[in-house]
Parts: sequence; C-alpha cells; structure tokens
Amino acid sequence: MNRFLKNREILLVVIIAIMVAGFSTRAPGFASPGNLANIFNDTSILIILALGQMTVILTKSIDLSVAANLAFTGMAVAMTNAAYPDLPLALLIVMAIGIGAFLGAINGFLVWALQIPPIVVTLGTLTIYRGMAFVLSGGGWVNAHQMTPSFLNIPRTPVLGLPILSWIAIVIVLGAWFVLTRLPFGRAAYASGGNPTAAVYAGIDIGWTRFLAFVLSGALAGLSSYLWVSRYAVAYVDIAAGFELDTVAACVIGGISIAGGIGSVAGAVLGSLFLGVIKNALPVIGISPFAQMAISGIVIVLAVVFNARAEKKAGRIILRDRAAPEVSA
Amino acid sequence: MMNAVAPTNDLAPLAAETPILEMRGISQIFPGVKALDGVSIRLYPGQVTALIGENGAGKSTLVKILTGIYRPNEGEILIDDQPISFPSAQAAIDAGVTAIHQETVLFDELTVGENIFLGHAPRTRFGTIDWRQINSRSKALMHQLESEIDPTIRLRDLSIAQRHLVAIARALSVEARIVIMDEPTAALSRKEIDDLFRIVEGLKRQGKAILFISHKFDEVYEIAENFVVFRDGRAVGQGKLKTTPQDEIVRLMVGRDVKDVFPKVTVEIGAPVLAVHGYSHPTEFRDISFELRRGEILGVYGLIGAGRSELCQSLFGITRPSTGRLTLEGQPIEIRSSSDAIRAGIVYVPEERGRHGLALPMPIFQNMSLPSLKKTSRSGFLKAANELALARKYAERLDLRAAALSVPVGTLSGGNQQKVVIGKWLATRPKVIILDEPTKGIDIGSKAAVHGFISELAAEGLSIIMVSSELPEILGMSDRVMVMREGLAAGVFERERLSAEVLVRAATGNQ
Repeated sequence: MNRFLKNREILLVVIIAIMVAGFSTRAPGFASPGNLANIFNDTSILIILALGQMTVILTKSIDLSVAANLAFTGMAVAMTNAAYPDLPLALLIVMAIGIGAFLGAINGFLVWALQIPPIVVTLGTLTIYRGMAFVLSGGGWVNAHQMTPSFLNIPRTPVLGLPILSWIAIVIVLGAWFVLTRLPFGRAAYASGGNPTAAVYAGIDIGWTRFLAFVLSGALAGLSSYLWVSRYAVAYVDIAAGFELDTVAACVIGGISIAGGIGSVAGAVLGSLFLGVIKNALPVIGISPFAQMAISGIVIVLAVVFNARAEKKAGRIILRDRAAPEVSA
Repeated sequence: MMNAVAPTNDLAPLAAETPILEMRGISQIFPGVKALDGVSIRLYPGQVTALIGENGAGKSTLVKILTGIYRPNEGEILIDDQPISFPSAQAAIDAGVTAIHQETVLFDELTVGENIFLGHAPRTRFGTIDWRQINSRSKALMHQLESEIDPTIRLRDLSIAQRHLVAIARALSVEARIVIMDEPTAALSRKEIDDLFRIVEGLKRQGKAILFISHKFDEVYEIAENFVVFRDGRAVGQGKLKTTPQDEIVRLMVGRDVKDVFPKVTVEIGAPVLAVHGYSHPTEFRDISFELRRGEILGVYGLIGAGRSELCQSLFGITRPSTGRLTLEGQPIEIRSSSDAIRAGIVYVPEERGRHGLALPMPIFQNMSLPSLKKTSRSGFLKAANELALARKYAERLDLRAAALSVPVGTLSGGNQQKVVIGKWLATRPKVIILDEPTKGIDIGSKAAVHGFISELAAEGLSIIMVSSELPEILGMSDRVMVMREGLAAGVFERERLSAEVLVRAATGNQ
C-alpha cells in the first residue's frame, strides 16, 4: 500500500502541476513563484483544518463541527481583542487554541462516553457552536478598526519571503506528520480506524484515541479561527460557513479513506492544495462567479470518482483476504 | 433410485443414472491459492450427495461457483447435459440452483415474507408488490416446512432455528431443481436436525438434487446416498455411501497419518501458572474453574454456542465476568481490559483474524508491533527500527512468506496472516497464550506447521489454552481437555482418558 499511496500522492502532484500549467496558458503569471506562494498562503487555513479532519477520519469518525468551532472561537477571540486591546497576542492565540480544543473535547466526549455516532454528534454541535457564536456576538460584527494592528498584521508579516501564516501551516504540517508517524497516538489512530476490534484486542483504547483526535481537530480549528479572523479582518456569525465540507473534500481528494485507517499527511496537504489551486484559478481565467461553485463541485466529484476507482484497486487485496477464509470455510 | 454400486473413486459406475447437474474439471484460482483443482462432480435427481472435506478443502468455493458468485478459471458446468455458465447470482437462480448458506443472510428488520421474496417479489398487474401473494405463498412454504410462522412478523423476533427455516423457505421460493445445503445443521439441536431431515426427504421425493455439505459423519450416513470427498481443492473420492465404510471416508478426507498433522511433543508439565475460580458471566458461562500449568496445552472443546470463546474473551478482558477470581503464578490478578491482560502476560489469538486480529491496511511490521509498542518505543516516540527488528525476529521464527515487512497485511494469504497474528502476540512475551480455533480456515499444510509451532511453544514453557471445534485437533494436541456445554464445564479429561466418543458425549450431553 505504501508504494501505491506514494504513487497516488505523486499522481496528485502531477495533476496539480498540469492544472497550474494549464491555467498559466490562460492567465500569464499564474505559475510565477509569487503567485504560487500566494496560493499556498491562501490555502494555509484549509491545510491546517484538513490535517485535524484527517486525524479524526483516520479513527473512523468525522468532524463536521470544525467550521462552526472556528466561527465561535474566532468571534470570542476578536471580541476579546476589541475589548481588551492590551492583552498580548500570544495569550489570545493560546486562548483560541484552548477554546477550540475544549469544543473538540465536547465532541470527543460525546462520541467516546455516550457512544453516539460522530456524524450525529458533530452535526449537532455544528449548529450549537454557530448558535453560540450568535449568542456571544448578538449577531454583531467585529470589524477591522476594532482590532489591534498586531492582531491583524502579524500573520501577514513576511519572513524569508513567506508570510507568517504560511510558516504556521508548514509547522503544523510537520507537527502532524510527526504526531501521526512518530507517536503511539498516531499509530493508535490508524489502528482504531483500520480495524477497531483488532485495536481493542491489541490493548488500544479506541474511545480515548477518538477523543484525542477530536481534541486535536478542535485545537487546530481554534488556531485557524484566529488566522481566519486576522486574514479577513472581520468576525461575524457566518464566517467559514460550509467550510467543514471543504476540509472533508480535501481529505477525500488526498486519498484519506472515509472508512478510516488509510491516509497520509502528504495526501491531506495535496488535497487541500488541489482545492486551493482551483479556487484561485477560476476567477483568474475569467469564469463567472456564478459558475465557480458549480465547477469546484464538479471537480471534487471527479476527484472522488477517481479515488473510488483507485480504492477499488486496493479492494482487490481485501477481496483476496475475503477469498482466503471462504476458500476454507 | 438406489442402485447398488461398489465404492470407487471412478465416475463411470455412477454414470448409469442421468445427473441433473454436472461439473467437469472445475478449477478456481485465487492469488496465492488454488482453491479448486480440476474438480468433477455430479448431482442426481431425488438423491442427496454429501460433500465431505476438512476446512479449507474447497467446499465453500464450490458452492460459490454453483451460486454464481465466483466464476471458475477452468472447467464447465452442465445442466441436463447442456453447458451453462453463471455470470451472476441471478443466472444461477434462473438455472434452478438455490443454496441454503451456512450463515444465513437474512434481514432482521424485514418480515418473514419480505425475507423470503426479497429480490423476486410477486407483482400485481400494476407492477406494485403483491403483498397478499407474498403472505399467502410464504404461509404455504412455511407450511410445507411443517412450521406455522406468521409471514408478517419481523425476523428479529424469531429464534435461530426459526430463522433457519425462513432461509430454507427462501431457497425453496424459487423454482429450484438443485438445492445446496452448506452445513445446514451447524447451529441446530438434534430435534431441529430431525425436522430438517424430514424436509430433505420431502425434497428428495419431489425429485430435487441435493448437495449436502457437512463434516458430521452420522448425519451424512443418515441422509445422503452419494458422497464426494474433497481434500486440498481436489475431489479425492466419490461413490455410494451404502457400500463405503466410514474409515474409508476418513482416510480419503485426511489423506495422511494423523501423527503428521499433530506433531505432539511430550513436555514436562510444570507448576500451575493460571488458576481460574468460579468464573461466571451473566449470560454466556457459569462457574468455570480450571488450572493451567507450565508447558501444558489445555484443549477447550464444545459445540458452537457453548461459551468457549466468550470465556476466553473474558480471560483477556474484552468482556467482563460477573464473578470469579483469577490467579497468575500464585498472585491474584484482576483483568479489566485487554491492556491489563497483555501486561499480565495473557494474550488471545482470536478466531476471526480478519475481524479481530489484524488491521489489514497497515504494514506487517506495524501489525506485529501493535501490542508491544511500549517496548519498541523510546521515551514515548515510536522507533521504526525497533519495530522492524521485532517483526523480523518473529517473521523468521514463523517462516512468514512476504515480499517485505512493510507491505500491508491484507496482501498476504490466509495462512501467512495467521502467522502475523500469532507473531504479534508472541512478541509480547506472554506466559499464557489463548488460541481460539488456531487452524480454522487454513490449508492442511499450514495446519501441520501451526501445530508443530504450538508444540514448540509448550516445550518452551508457555501455557496454552486451545479452543477448537475440530476433534482430531483437540485429541491430537491437548494434554488435558475441558469440555463446555451450554456455558458450563461439562468435564475435564486427562490425555489418557481422551477419546472422540467421551468428548462428544460430554459436549452434547448424551450419556
């Protein structure tokens, strides 16, 4: 599978490269290093959220509440910044991560202790968190002029040619890779999704593993909330509405199996970049904004179809496994 | 109908009658396994043909070919001397082949009638489902099976035996001339088996050809006229049961000396390691006590549903017993989860390796190291090199055949997967290893290897609990045998007193 996965990731790189090359024939400069860095920066938040989503999906769960978590936490952070401009930014970021992790822990707790299916839990908390954002803000907005300059400017400050936002995404990517491949938690996540029963038999607490995955996903949503509010310089109830589906799409395109247990950090990153390139290219090559959503949707469906076909190839291996006991029974 | 024909491995004498269905030179190849190798069989109207063979002999593969699930790589199928192929399950049904499966595939939430006619429901002239016909025909079918189950009740409200009747009714609801029964008696009591046999006699009188798969000889002799013996994917003998003694069939089935398959090594039995006192579970087993000594192989025998696996799972902390004490090497221990058991040195190699044993998408070495991650990690970080070293050690020891230790376990054959499961548990360096049906579903060559290995482990001083439904395995490998019946320990027998008869009597309660 490793070789196969690598092939798939190389394939994604090739497809993204072809797309970039194709778009640059219509829009000169699309493939320039500056524009590519821009696209990466634009996609940074999606990458961070997709990595959290991926960890949850690996354990055979799903987190539909990430965007609502982001909206609530973003509102809380922006309002705090507006009300107490003297608070240091580091504290605000810690607060964002903490609130996000707490909301993620609520999801995780409901899934773990009450054994409610993750899709039901997070569909519920999706509405609750957004509702809480409304209650918190009373439906109001926090606008750029209410935010402190450092709150707004630090993520866009360039360091070594890339904005800090991009660097944060890169650090998170490396961190996620480390957690998933070098820590027992990562192995437990793969095992819990790959075969929950076998994981239990091997002494892994899959409930706890899922709980941690949700906390991680929530914490990343919290971090993203600050990045989002700062980037768009506004906080209101509906920010990132529907963005949870983009994170799921990025994972699926990147070859993370919705059934759990299969996927890599590189896949999630490439899946996000794939979406990022399309979103950036469509306006540039002059496609009407009305058609853009439909076209992104079509591309996502195509990617999923392609994925399903690829999984079928892997399915043959599963079939062989099935055939073996059947031969014998 | 019953021509007296001498027992023979030759097809010719049987050719005197006209078969409804004939399979000629059928081969089925899976990656790494030749499940069937040039098999020929014939089924005759009004007769039952018993298909006999050990696990892994290819019986179920044959059934899957006849029901259109697999397409054979070689050979042909003839019905009434006309060559035919089954490109789909529907094609097999259309050709008049129907099967009653070992594990019945029915829907709990649907009614009896819906289950019977699912996929071929009668229609009204407007094209909608004709419920009146479904219910009346279901009733008639159930009546034919001497059962008065109401077709409108949901399947989940029925007992196992009643569900079985529904499965049979479903098989008979299509116009079938050939009925395949794949171990139909496995989950039935003696009385239910008698009922089933009456149904089979009825089918015979209607001139249907029946393929009856079982490895219970008494049943086979009771109900069948002809037999075919499969071994390692080949048909090694067929003929008339009336004139073939049971010994002959056993010889054909096993095909080698029992000694070769069960290389039992005499081991010095040491001090008690594990003692179980009064273990009980609310529903599955009651008041089980036994002692396991160093180097001992304790066989646990019983019928399906006797509570054997449940007992072992609770010793491993998967399910919790309601009462009972456990001592390991004289120290009382409590096992609340599988990680407690692993830490204490008790491990469990589950029966269904696909479902319980392995994460198929994960590489071999990661599967092997999964319960030993604490040992292979350094200050909380995974060390791939340590994991690989661990995996390599046990792969060599178990003679695991794989392209690389980094390939997913799902790419291995059944026998090699079993080796990964065993290796992964040995790597935890246990004191007690519980093997649940250790050779179920693997071919006879791998079986001998697994048995040899079990003996080796015992010789090294491990204590082994071996749950098995296969009498020869229990008889060949155990130092002592505990027989379970309906959740109770029906007796513990020393090796000297072991015989098939004693164990079966204890397991079934027929004194």
